[in-house]
Amino acid sequence: MKFSEAWLRELVKVDDDTAGLVRRLTMAGLEVDAVEPVGDFSGVIVARVQSVNAHPSAEKLKLCRVDAGQGELIQVVCGAANVVEGMRTPLATIGASLPGGARIDQTTLKGEPSFGMLCSAAELGLSDDTAGLMELPAEAPVGADLRDYLNLEDTVIDVDLTPNRADCLSISGLAREVAALYGTVCTLPQTNNIASTHDGELPVRLSADAACPHYASRVIVGVDINRPSPLWLREKLRRSGLRSIDPVVDVTNYVMLETGQPLHAFDLDTLSGGIEVRYAKDGESLTLLGGEVVELDRETLVIADNRGPLAMAGVMGGAESAVSGQTKNLFIESAHFAPVALAGTARRYGLHTDASHRFERGVDPTLPAVALERATELLMAIVGGNPGEVRIAETDGFAVPRREITLRRSRISQQLGIALESEMVTDLLRRLNIAILETTQESWLCVAPAWRFDLAIEADLIEEVARVYGYENLPVNRVGIELLQHGPREAETPLGRVKDLLVARGYSEAITYSFVDAGLQDKVNPDVPAIPVANPISHDMAVMRTSLVPGLLQTLVHNINRQQSRVRLFETGLRFIAGKPLRQENMLAAVITGTRYAENWANSREKVDFFDIKGDLEAVLGLTGASARCATASKEHAGLQPGQSAAIVDDAGRVMGYMGKLHPVLGKGLGINQSVYWFEIELAAIITGHIPEFRETTKFPGTRRDLAFFVDAAVTYRELSHIVETHAGENLHDLKVFDIYNAKHVENNRKSVGIGLTFQDNSRTLTDEEVNSAVNEVVVALKENFSAELRG
Amino acid sequence: MDQLEALIESATGAIQACENGADLELIRVEYLGKKGKVTALLKELGRLSNEERPKAGARINEAKSLLQKHIGERRGALEERALADAMAAESVDVTLPGRNSEVGVLHPITRSMQRIVDIFLRLGYDVAEGPEIEDDYHNFEALNIPAHHPARAMHDTFYVDESTVLRTHTSPVQIRTMETREPPIRVICPGRVYRCDSDLTHTPMFHQVEGLVVDKNISFADLKGVVDAFLKAFFETDQAVRFRPSYFPFTEPSAEVDIRCASCAGAGCRICSHTGWLEVMGCGMVHPNVFSACGINTDTYTGFAFGMGVERLTMLRYGVTDLRLFFENDIRFLNQFVNN
Repeated sequence: MKFSEAWLRELVKVDDDTAGLVRRLTMAGLEVDAVEPVGDFSGVIVARVQSVNAHPSAEKLKLCRVDAGQGELIQVVCGAANVVEGMRTPLATIGASLPGGARIDQTTLKGEPSFGMLCSAAELGLSDDTAGLMELPAEAPVGADLRDYLNLEDTVIDVDLTPNRADCLSISGLAREVAALYGTVCTLPQTNNIASTHDGELPVRLSADAACPHYASRVIVGVDINRPSPLWLREKLRRSGLRSIDPVVDVTNYVMLETGQPLHAFDLDTLSGGIEVRYAKDGESLTLLGGEVVELDRETLVIADNRGPLAMAGVMGGAESAVSGQTKNLFIESAHFAPVALAGTARRYGLHTDASHRFERGVDPTLPAVALERATELLMAIVGGNPGEVRIAETDGFAVPRREITLRRSRISQQLGIALESEMVTDLLRRLNIAILETTQESWLCVAPAWRFDLAIEADLIEEVARVYGYENLPVNRVGIELLQHGPREAETPLGRVKDLLVARGYSEAITYSFVDAGLQDKVNPDVPAIPVANPISHDMAVMRTSLVPGLLQTLVHNINRQQSRVRLFETGLRFIAGKPLRQENMLAAVITGTRYAENWANSREKVDFFDIKGDLEAVLGLTGASARCATASKEHAGLQPGQSAAIVDDAGRVMGYMGKLHPVLGKGLGINQSVYWFEIELAAIITGHIPEFRETTKFPGTRRDLAFFVDAAVTYRELSHIVETHAGENLHDLKVFDIYNAKHVENNRKSVGIGLTFQDNSRTLTDEEVNSAVNEVVVALKENFSAELRG
Repeated sequence: MDQLEALIESATGAIQACENGADLELIRVEYLGKKGKVTALLKELGRLSNEERPKAGARINEAKSLLQKHIGERRGALEERALADAMAAESVDVTLPGRNSEVGVLHPITRSMQRIVDIFLRLGYDVAEGPEIEDDYHNFEALNIPAHHPARAMHDTFYVDESTVLRTHTSPVQIRTMETREPPIRVICPGRVYRCDSDLTHTPMFHQVEGLVVDKNISFADLKGVVDAFLKAFFETDQAVRFRPSYFPFTEPSAEVDIRCASCAGAGCRICSHTGWLEVMGCGMVHPNVFSACGINTDTYTGFAFGMGVERLTMLRYGVTDLRLFFENDIRFLNQFVNN
């Protein structure tokens, strides 16, 4: 619901600025969706067009002499079709700023100087009307600042009301709420009962019982519908998000905004006989205000006359009985429709109106007569006319519901976790107009005001107490949840997931003893000081492991000796390195041997090689997010065969682990006659990655170019890719090596390398020339750095 | 015997010059074999005098062991070289990418769901699940949303038939849990939900995680504590959190939960509609009508419930700007949700 802040402040005085008010509303459950200035411009004044002459060189432009209240007339060039002599319209003077930040300067249009701009309502952000200049009333004072004249020192506040707060669907309701929140009072508009001047009336029969138990109406004769709605009324409607239609509709809408009671005006002369509120009958239809014809079903409440349905009750009026330019006499309806009776009607017909929105949620049943008097007062002031008497039709036994609710002191503390002082509770209730009939040690007996449909049970009152007290002032219990502070970090991959990954890749987990045979360990991992156990269980378990590899190798031997030729094992755990301080570091190690795939009709029988163990380690690094900071460098290790031995190093060149082929001499010593590969890496160095950050994926296609060339066999892929990446430019999206053709058949110890380069940009499709030139850069760089020769 | 020096010299020369094991064996046989040249000298010892014989025998034996030593050394050297050659021949470019190193990725929604579930598991919650094609009673009636309640307008419902819907929230799992379990109850209910709505900011299917706690003496203070701690844990920062009154038919008091907008630090920006806050959850104390529908004594027990949209939390966590990306499953999008 949109409302004007200034209008609200007419009804309730609060010592708080807009931001404070908005915050208070939001924190009380009336969530503010938007706050917008009413007129986002300055330097615009009321001007009078003194004369209009043709522009000497532009057919569509006119030269206007304008009285801006400065004594001298000024010339303004104007292109609006509706500019006429004598009209009053807004003038944006030199230096004015318009919505969107545009500034008005002195300009020359087709050779004629213009000292400002005459404005349409749309240009000032005051409406969507772009049709022509905004016409101001004849009494608008020439030279006055338009902001002052239109009272634009105001904001429109849009509150997103929850379905339970129908009582706030009016400025009066909002004022009551604001008064309660600030602990002050509001002054709602007083309505005077208007005496009838004739005895015209229309009989009203209520045939739908509970659906419409109360119906107020009045006949007003002799109105002049062609008088305009006053500016103040139109402005209040506009700031509440409603368009001005005609004075009668404007008044009914205004009263709805002011009180919350929707009203409907019929053209009395179109009605035949009396009014009946009833459910529609089979086969009845209604032409709606917009001209659409709807077939009515039997669950639809209608307002009918002797001839049939006139309006869909509480939702929308019909076209035939609508007020028009010819209307002289009015029949005004101000009825109470029960929410249950209207629920679903609007939805069923796809009609959501301001009236149905309110009736579905509940309108204060004490309002119909009050709103009718208010509407009469306004109508008489604007369109004149003579009112008849207010007629009220009521079903038997109708009474405004009175909801008595007992609020227990104990329940407040049970639900809210705070024992509020009695005075505090009674004050909060009274601010909300909740009457207290009786107070005891344990409880209060309360009565909810008529407009608060949502207050029916004790929990409702507890919520009200909490709401006005302020949720932010209610206590927080953190007992038992502090432990959440010390949980795992998202950037860190749980070790379990690393293990699951290896398991899914065919590895089994081994658990070997932390104390190992010193002899074997010295061969696999020499020169690393181990810690001896003072009282070892046996001589081959005499030292703490400095590496997980010896244990895995022994496990491998055990399995090979039991006819397992294909073995894949991993282990995690601490290694222990003597020194000061003693280092105990978590490691991940793995060992593989045998065929790449388990024996199966569909699988090849190739044996694993260096790139299998490397692929597995890279998969782990890819999972944890360490790939980007881990590089492979050729480096010897006592436990690895030279030429198939590599270190995993970080950006700074620090060694985090090793991988490669088990040294054949070591293998022979262990009695292993097949190739074995292993890796071992520090877990702490690889387990933490990055939290993902979304990047928009490009919608433009990539272009791939393949290059094949000869280089010296000793040139590594890492060297090659580094040169390619530094010379291919920023659009290189992907680099793949698709072929390595080695040694024997290529002469002079050279090898053939095939790489695929994919180029892609986020904002456009790359041209062939751009891609060619990038590829050329790469080729030149490869030649310069590696004497690469392109293959034909 | 004078030949001996010459023999040693020629044998040593041959051994040093020998380039493979087989030739070395031939050399050994040539000099030290049964019919070898050195062996032949031994046979000639008989011709020598008794005085000369021991001395000459010793010299021949010395020469024999010397040559044997040379052969052994040479054999070792040749084997070592053969190994080195073999290893050199096998050497690879260790910097080439490994084989088959790609790992797949979990959907970001799953990633968030798992994180949410993990956080609550650590607080002692169980996970409960329920059907996605749900009856009107569990989805609405038992949650204090009778037919024609205006709150139904908040749910654009997919219907299977008149009394059967695609659940519009995970809240029916609360009801099913309370129907089958006695308090104390502490559950979270993650799952898919459906709303008949599809535009820039709505997809017809999305995910929620619902939480429910029922016990003696559970108050709004406990709810505030849990929600506050959860959000700090989920966003891994000392996140400012605020509770503001709202309305849900199944809780009272009800609250919306906001977190400080991270992109403007509360100053107000486009992302938070210039409020400085972002709405992330709804919650409240279980409405007595809901307890009654489940046969739970409303005077003995109190409880709270909360619900969150997983897509929303995931978008905030990873900076995803378009909700619909979650269900396009573009590989290039999905692959961003790795820790790399």
